[in-house]
Amino acid sequence: MRFIEPHAHMVSRVTDDYSALLLSGCAAVCEPAFWAGFDRSSSQGFYDYFCQLTEHEPKRAGKFGLPHYCWLCINPKESEDVRLAQEVLSLIPNFLNRPNVLGIGEIGLNKNSRNELRVLEMHVDLAARHGQLVLVHTPHLEDKLKGTRLIRDVLKNEPRIKPERIIIDHVEEHTVELALDAGFWAGMTLYPDSKCTSARAIDMVDRYGAERLWVNSACDWGVSVPLAVPRTALEMRKRGHSAQAIDRLIYVNPLRFLSQCPKFKVNDEHP
Amino acid sequence: MTKQQVLDLYFMEARAKLIDLAAFLDRVERAPGEADFRLAALRKAMTQLGHPGSERARKVLLSLSDPTTQPILAATTKAACGAFPAAS
Repeated sequence: MRFIEPHAHMVSRVTDDYSALLLSGCAAVCEPAFWAGFDRSSSQGFYDYFCQLTEHEPKRAGKFGLPHYCWLCINPKESEDVRLAQEVLSLIPNFLNRPNVLGIGEIGLNKNSRNELRVLEMHVDLAARHGQLVLVHTPHLEDKLKGTRLIRDVLKNEPRIKPERIIIDHVEEHTVELALDAGFWAGMTLYPDSKCTSARAIDMVDRYGAERLWVNSACDWGVSVPLAVPRTALEMRKRGHSAQAIDRLIYVNPLRFLSQCPKFKVNDEHP
Repeated sequence: MTKQQVLDLYFMEARAKLIDLAAFLDRVERAPGEADFRLAALRKAMTQLGHPGSERARKVLLSLSDPTTQPILAATTKAACGAFPAAS
């Protein structure tokens, strides 16, 4: 089995997780910028975080032979403070040429507020001006439907970014069509207690086809499972999906999307 | 997969989850105090399970979702609670 983990917050994980990913056939790991679990006190905190994502974490992953990529932004959970967001956004262009930066993400909404929406628009403009791929976080639980609609409207009003260069992450049964029908890619996040189980993710693949879908663990400092992607592959095997269909969902599809950034290369030598 | 294969693969898991849900409702019932809007929202969402068709997961999620369309004035919390107050 081979797979790409397209969404994992590895700065929050231990080295055993890197070993487990590699032993399970992981060919590359991609890390969107995220909320630390607490609000950073200044833009300097983000500068340090971006250095961690582009300098330290690739070295840590590299010790396990695993390519590490990242996405940069100020996360929606910290987007209520527009002035801070403006300061953080002004830092990002200086990092975009670094070799492991794939684009702008995970941007989006959290509580669907006016300021979050304004900061989302600022991020989308930044991505458009710099020709970047976009990875979008959709809100949690009761806020997801409304937030996904608001995000879709912002993105559809931005003609400079083609929909196939945007992935809407954390979709569930009530939002997956909103993403796919607008021409975006869609990510299904495999969590034990929220978002999506393996069984439900495969149901959505069965219903909507795998043309523009991927799965990810979004493992972070909370309850999450770094090996959720290979475990979903096993679930697909139990349900009779072919090896080719499994490979398409967990390896070929993320490779197709992420390769739109010419910097993205996978490790083809598996243990 | 055939219906038989789906049942063979997932029935025990669904049975366990159903009993867990029933036990949760019993636990809430036994506990003192008043339940907040989430219990009523859950009960309302559960009515979707008895409806025919193959859209139950989507309809349960819709039932628990904020149906409004305009951005809120400001975010006063970061967390979501799983149900929308007016949905109850």
